[in-house]
Amino acid sequence: MKKIVKGGEFMVQDLEPKDIFIPEEFDEEQKMIAETCRDFLDTEVFPNLDKIDRQEEGFVRGLLDKAGELGLLGISTPEEYEGFGQSFVTSMLASEVMGSAYSFAVTYSCHTGIGSMPILYFGNEEQKQKYIPKLSTGEWAGAYCLTEPGAGSDANSGKTKATLSEDGKHYILNGQKMWITNTGFGDIFTVFAKIDNDRVLSAFIVERDFPGITFNPEEKKLGIKGSSTRQIFFENTPVPVENLLWGRGKGFRIALDILHMGRIKLGGNVIGAAKMAIDQSVNYSNERKQFGKEISNFGAIKYKLAEQAIRTFANESAVYRASKNVDEFVEAHIEEMSKEEAIVKAFEEYAIEAAILKVYGSEALDYVVDEGVQIHGGMGYSAEMPIERGYRDSRINRIFEGTNEINRLVTIDTLNKRGAKKDYDLYAQGEAIVAGLSELDGCNCCVEGYYENKKATINNFKSIAKMLLQAVSTTFGRKMMDEQEILNNIANIVMRVYVAESTMLRVQKKEKVLAQDVALNKDMLDVLVYDSAEYIRKEAKDCINSFVEDEEQHKLFMKGIKHYSCAKGVNVKDARRSIAEKLIEENKYCF
Amino acid sequence: MKLVVCLGNVPDTTTKVKFGDDGTAFDKTGVQWIINPWDELALTRAMELKEDAGNAVSSVTLITVGPKEAEPTMRKALAIGADDAIRVNAEPTDAYTVASQLAGVIKEKGFDLVMCGIESSDYNGAAVGSMVAEFLELPSVSAVSGMSIAGEEVEMTRDIDGGKEIVSVQTPFVAVVQKGITKEPRIPAMRGIMMARKKPLAVVEPTQVDALTDFTKFELPQPKAPCKMVDPENVAELVEFLQNEAKVL
Repeated sequence: MKKIVKGGEFMVQDLEPKDIFIPEEFDEEQKMIAETCRDFLDTEVFPNLDKIDRQEEGFVRGLLDKAGELGLLGISTPEEYEGFGQSFVTSMLASEVMGSAYSFAVTYSCHTGIGSMPILYFGNEEQKQKYIPKLSTGEWAGAYCLTEPGAGSDANSGKTKATLSEDGKHYILNGQKMWITNTGFGDIFTVFAKIDNDRVLSAFIVERDFPGITFNPEEKKLGIKGSSTRQIFFENTPVPVENLLWGRGKGFRIALDILHMGRIKLGGNVIGAAKMAIDQSVNYSNERKQFGKEISNFGAIKYKLAEQAIRTFANESAVYRASKNVDEFVEAHIEEMSKEEAIVKAFEEYAIEAAILKVYGSEALDYVVDEGVQIHGGMGYSAEMPIERGYRDSRINRIFEGTNEINRLVTIDTLNKRGAKKDYDLYAQGEAIVAGLSELDGCNCCVEGYYENKKATINNFKSIAKMLLQAVSTTFGRKMMDEQEILNNIANIVMRVYVAESTMLRVQKKEKVLAQDVALNKDMLDVLVYDSAEYIRKEAKDCINSFVEDEEQHKLFMKGIKHYSCAKGVNVKDARRSIAEKLIEENKYCF
Repeated sequence: MKLVVCLGNVPDTTTKVKFGDDGTAFDKTGVQWIINPWDELALTRAMELKEDAGNAVSSVTLITVGPKEAEPTMRKALAIGADDAIRVNAEPTDAYTVASQLAGVIKEKGFDLVMCGIESSDYNGAAVGSMVAEFLELPSVSAVSGMSIAGEEVEMTRDIDGGKEIVSVQTPFVAVVQKGITKEPRIPAMRGIMMARKKPLAVVEPTQVDALTDFTKFELPQPKAPCKMVDPENVAELVEFLQNEAKVL
């Protein structure tokens, strides 16, 4: 059987191209599912974007019904619950396509993800039988109530209470939840509350019709205006005891696991949104004339188009690599546990990758839409152009599913714990790198062979991260997690490592295994690795300068950073121009 | 009643068309293929006819003349609901060869009603449907925009100059359909997609037919002239442009 990659293991491991899945390997059926999602958006969503954003009564709920009729709400739900039992990779491809649907992307991913999956993954058989079939057909709409006015990133500090009724038949729910997506029309809510004086959360399945539930009006938001977001209040709401999900005190685990899933899914969503924004950018730059020619002829615009494409391609490479890891993990454990238990374990296993995808993906999309507006110039600031909506709608991605700040900390905290537990040789390698700093000589970015060189360079980036982790943990010990700025430096490096390595393995597999033309993909990889080297060097220097006071030590670390952040020089102007020219010729994202 | 829908595999309508071999052949590199939109309408109507239990339509079969690359398009049509499919393994070089191949298979398998779109969105020859009927020595009805089954007869609406014509034809025959035959094409649902992989897609080798067409040259249309904006108040300027620049007045 294929060896299962551990979460975070990429930091210590060398993978071959054959070890990862790449989007070029989607089969006919997966492509057809993607096409159905696209057809659905073309006929039902894109002609109605204004109607959606105005929140016309019943319209978005009707869209969920139509998506349900096509089976798009139950793609990865098991067949025994009216779903189609597809793989995680397939559901990610659907998430990607649906991710371009502006506000409806949020409605859809809330319903199919955090709105339904807590019951599927953690519910008992009766709960699953009662709720999942209707959620997967769209007869009921799902929502997820975790955040409270005083409990955002610190989710466990929620004040919503649940007390057992005298007859022992109900939990009586009291409290307030906010920023709850799909509240306007949601039928089923997964609500987190503390039972009696518990210090940890429990989760409950709450139906809209239960007594004592009231809602505030729709929030006025910067973007995703068409997605329903409201506060929800519970006043002595009786919830049958059989609606407690998984068990008392297990809510925080549910919340975390569902967030891990949501983060990977968000990584998929943003690919679709980014590809659409690139299409809009390249279309406009091919139409708009200044100084007697289309602005796509200008190098400054080509730079932006190329950079939009590079980041999107890189993100996509990482997203499908991690998604396949989830499927492989499930496959490897399916005999020991249920599929639902296995997938939850997979989300826990790949918490580091999920956090990386969430942060890199949301920031890549923000770059893409920001430069998209810039390419449109004044028109980009006009609500007449779709890029304006894309720009506003993108911003939420850095906030929800755990802020990017929380996710940077999750990346390092999880990596540190797994290293300390010796799941793999993270700290042993870090120690060896630090011990070897004085021996370093020159640089080793001149390794022969295209992929060999890229691999050596990316492995060097890994060495920097491991060196810094070793130094930080030695210096700060248990207080390391208080040093958030320093940890952010390391998180940024780790994220670049994962994304650059995924891109390299994808291009290599595309060329060596699938025998496809990769000339422009190599340009992308060249720019990405070269840029990452400069970025990583700065992050590493900031990190060391922030805490290493001993002059000799400082000198050694700086030597290490210089050595390990060396990358082969690239004619980035020509590389970006070649990429942009292809986009301009095709008049759309085409990689 | 056994229905057969002739399905063309055509480039997506947003394809940037390029020509190779000195402008004598369409360059297929990187092209996305779709069901010919008119054939998709025929398929949709065929499915509607089958779903209406009163019609006693026993099956809807697809036939495509095309290389292996046409199969994803055929699978999509199966996902929309057709029961089985046959691919004649040949390049669809011109209307004559395509119609000959289609007629050969249709004759061998035997169908009551043959449905084709009125034209294809790539070469727009609008010839295959009638040719198939000719080869099969069957009647054909062209420009059909409405269709219902009454026993052995099929009643059809045809758009004619200034109005509509209602005709009734006994099966077997060939119906060449156009817009209006159904409301809009269907999106394959998940259930259909999953069933499609299990449906039979037979591949048959072509019979020897020589193409009657040589392509001398393809040319792309001239790029559109830039749009000129005239202030709505300034009618004189508009007239001046129309008379002296556009020379249409």
